Amino acid sequence: MKIKTFNTGIWEKTINLRDFVTKNITPYHGTYDFLEGPSEKTLKLWDICKQGTKEERQRNGVHSVDTDIVSGINAFQAGYIDRENEVIVGLQTDALLKRSMKPFGGFKVVEKALSEHGLKPNNQLSELFTKYVKSHNDGVFDAYTDEIRKFRSLGFLTGLPDNYARGRIIGDYRRIALYGVTRLIEAKKQDLANIAGPMSDNVIRLREEVSEQIKALKEIVGMGKSYGLDLSRPAENAQEAVQWTYMSYLAAVKEQDGAAMSLGNVSSFLDIFIQRDLEDGIITEVEAQEYIDQFVMKLRMVRHLRMEAYDEIFAGDPTWVTEAIGGMLEDGRTKVTKTSFRFLNTLYNLGASPEPNITILWSENLPQNFKNYCAKVSIDTSSIQFENDDLMRSKRGSDDYGIACCVSFQELGKSIQFFGARTNLAKTLLLALNGGRCEFTGTQMIDGIPVYTDEYLDFDKVMDNFRIAMKEVARVYNDSMNIIHYMHDKYYYEKAQMALIDTNPSINIAYGIAGLSIVADSLSAIKHAKVKPIRNEEGLTVDFQIEGEFPKYGNDDDRVDFLASNAVAEFNNELKKLPVYKDAEPTMSVLTITSNVSYGKKTGATPDGRAQGVPFAPGANPMHGRDCNGAIASLNSVSKINYDDSKDGISNTFSIVPKSLGSDEEEQIENLATTLDGYFSRNAQHLNVNVLNKEMLLDAMENPDEYPQLTIRVSGYAVNFVRLTKEQQLEVITRSFHESM
Amino acid sequence: MHSIESFGTHDGPGIRWVVFLQGCKLKCLYCHNPDTIETSGGTEYDIEELVQMALKMKPYFGKKGGVTVSGGEPLLQAKEIIPFFKRLKEEGIHTNIDTNGRILNSFSKELLDDYADLVMLDIKHMTEEGYLALTGVSCKETTFNFAAYREASGKAMWLRYVLIPGITNQPELLHAMGKYFKDYQTIEKIEIQPYHKLGVHKWEALGWDYQLKEARENTPEELIAASDILKNYFKKVKIN
Repeated sequence: MKIKTFNTGIWEKTINLRDFVTKNITPYHGTYDFLEGPSEKTLKLWDICKQGTKEERQRNGVHSVDTDIVSGINAFQAGYIDRENEVIVGLQTDALLKRSMKPFGGFKVVEKALSEHGLKPNNQLSELFTKYVKSHNDGVFDAYTDEIRKFRSLGFLTGLPDNYARGRIIGDYRRIALYGVTRLIEAKKQDLANIAGPMSDNVIRLREEVSEQIKALKEIVGMGKSYGLDLSRPAENAQEAVQWTYMSYLAAVKEQDGAAMSLGNVSSFLDIFIQRDLEDGIITEVEAQEYIDQFVMKLRMVRHLRMEAYDEIFAGDPTWVTEAIGGMLEDGRTKVTKTSFRFLNTLYNLGASPEPNITILWSENLPQNFKNYCAKVSIDTSSIQFENDDLMRSKRGSDDYGIACCVSFQELGKSIQFFGARTNLAKTLLLALNGGRCEFTGTQMIDGIPVYTDEYLDFDKVMDNFRIAMKEVARVYNDSMNIIHYMHDKYYYEKAQMALIDTNPSINIAYGIAGLSIVADSLSAIKHAKVKPIRNEEGLTVDFQIEGEFPKYGNDDDRVDFLASNAVAEFNNELKKLPVYKDAEPTMSVLTITSNVSYGKKTGATPDGRAQGVPFAPGANPMHGRDCNGAIASLNSVSKINYDDSKDGISNTFSIVPKSLGSDEEEQIENLATTLDGYFSRNAQHLNVNVLNKEMLLDAMENPDEYPQLTIRVSGYAVNFVRLTKEQQLEVITRSFHESM
Repeated sequence: MHSIESFGTHDGPGIRWVVFLQGCKLKCLYCHNPDTIETSGGTEYDIEELVQMALKMKPYFGKKGGVTVSGGEPLLQAKEIIPFFKRLKEEGIHTNIDTNGRILNSFSKELLDDYADLVMLDIKHMTEEGYLALTGVSCKETTFNFAAYREASGKAMWLRYVLIPGITNQPELLHAMGKYFKDYQTIEKIEIQPYHKLGVHKWEALGWDYQLKEARENTPEELIAASDILKNYFKKVKIN
């Protein structure tokens, strides 16, 4: 029975998590001294998980797969790691690390992924999905134009979610714990009743969607029952609050295999229940930590069935269970609670890990003790990333948000986003130099660009042509996105997640670009040095000769940094002109995930002197080795990209050797926290921090078994270093590691 | 100016923007920046240009950091540093000089009295012979007078000491240093700089003979032993 009641508010009348959190949160300003180690039960479970992941690595990355059942919210019987030690239960299938088929994104992809491990789906399913059931992937390719296919196959548009689930949508996984499913169904039924005619496409679609959501909610109750949990009612204590929240997330990852499926910002919500139970003397700190450790452990065990080609763009089998921690409330109080610390503490209790993808919402006004603890965790584990809460809160107008995928703001329960992968901006620049033709095949991609025959490249002429190229690429990109999201809604609608979001939420479409530093340096070379294109018999540029010096992006030099920020602004402006499916607001990111390696391969020589095939820098990073004025100059260059032009995020990955941060732990912590304060005070948006020695990475390449949990940050997420391909490992190692000695 | 480091974390408190000036009259055998020794060369900058560069770094200084002028021997240009530091102080930026203390003229005195928030003084050796052998110059007394002058100004000073096995790490030398400086009120801490060979390739690049080839780097035990001795005399001892 409830002992203490929560503070009242409008959250009691309407579904409003923000109001509940704001009214009931207990901000924490103290140190980490109160934290506890892992419980015996937790350690026992984790040993089993470690054994399981070891077997997984030995079996070429996939432990096992169920080839008979199509995954769904309630498709599998209850699964356990070791039932008697689990205080938080639930697995995606009936066994640890067993993956499942989610064929609605694309059946061919499932077949391919299975065949790569010597498996195939059961015959009935094959017949069903080849003859009778249509997938998202089928729908998209029915509608794709020849032009889109050409842009896709020649590498101008890459990683599009047209043969895998789009992800990025964050359900408000706190809702069931606070309200119970019954109440949520009532609210959705009321919404449905209010969606009335005239029956336009939009109204019909929304009525169907809300009906689907109600079905999903009912299925969630069914899934809970299979574990003996009554999710129809609100959680009554801390353990239930964690359990209910996990069940909500579990429903999402059983139904969907989106590229990135973030968790949101559950920690300080859960803290309200934990704090109440602690105050009432019902639980101890050891138990509070045990709930969080076991919850996080479950999140670490989330798996999706992927084909090998997927690894090129999203290396290391990531799931992006991104949890945003910290930040400030609009009333000036901090959202940091003891449970913010508990989540971070799990990185010590269970060891470093890429998942969940912990993102610290950094504000100048965060409690100093929390800043220092985050810096310490970052130095010790290289597992967390940082984003600018002051910037996003003020520019996006909400203090209740999560991070979708790697770096993207998403107001929880109120808005969603459509994932847009990215276009290759460096190849777009090459179109401008090749009369609109592909630099490799000579295929005419776009019209309207004059054939360039001058001996030396002229900056103004190049810019004119580059603008035409950007406009045309934006047009094709937008076409593809509209088709993809139309079909995804139609064939693989995220009913479980959308059931936990307000009906008819606002939407932004998340476009992206890769190759920004290449474009900036290329334009700088053309402007400040003399660049002579070398053309083959077909008139295509195959190389460039550069005479003279030119400023390079990453050295805090405005002459080139503004070329970078202008390119971002101009391409974003082109995208903004184009109408989007469901009236989504266009936004753009500068983010590459690990695809900077494969994009490099697919891009010819560029005017900055980069040879054909050489990997791009990740995200908005300066090119490897070209930022030679030290770490801060490099950070300053990236911070000049205006967030207003790239509201979906600007990813920067910063790698530094421990000694360069300071000579002892205290100094290192202080200097990292100060660096973050400095970087974000310049309105920068995101920073991945790796505090590592190159030698350790080289050793891990040689002796992977000794480093099973070695985690490093790549563009916007983290991976187990030993799960990267050799090529990706080398790329990480050649990146600029800032050393000040 | 020789060069700039935008993220100095071993050059004074907090994060420092470090300006390395060209030129030094000493030629320390272990110098890890031998390319800054020649008094010719380097690039000329306007003071205001440097101030503007420092201002771009200001967000990263936090409560402790600031600008450090190092070298070379920065006090060779003490006259030029005065207006630079004056401007930095107007901008609220912490100033620090990393020096061997060999120059004690009216300009350096003005800097010590009015413009340098911190002075990091390099104690090369506690004996005159040792000093000469290491640096090629006899000026141990001058540098000690320099310390006394700073002490009289009442403003903060750190000592730095390069620890080389067999050359500067003998207990009697460390005790001598401790006894000499123990009553100084302005000394906030002493930093032990473990000898390393990272600069050797620069000597070779300059075509100079690196004479300390035989010296070896400290063992962790040696560093702790030296630190333990110094802790008897100084409030704070740090191994850098």
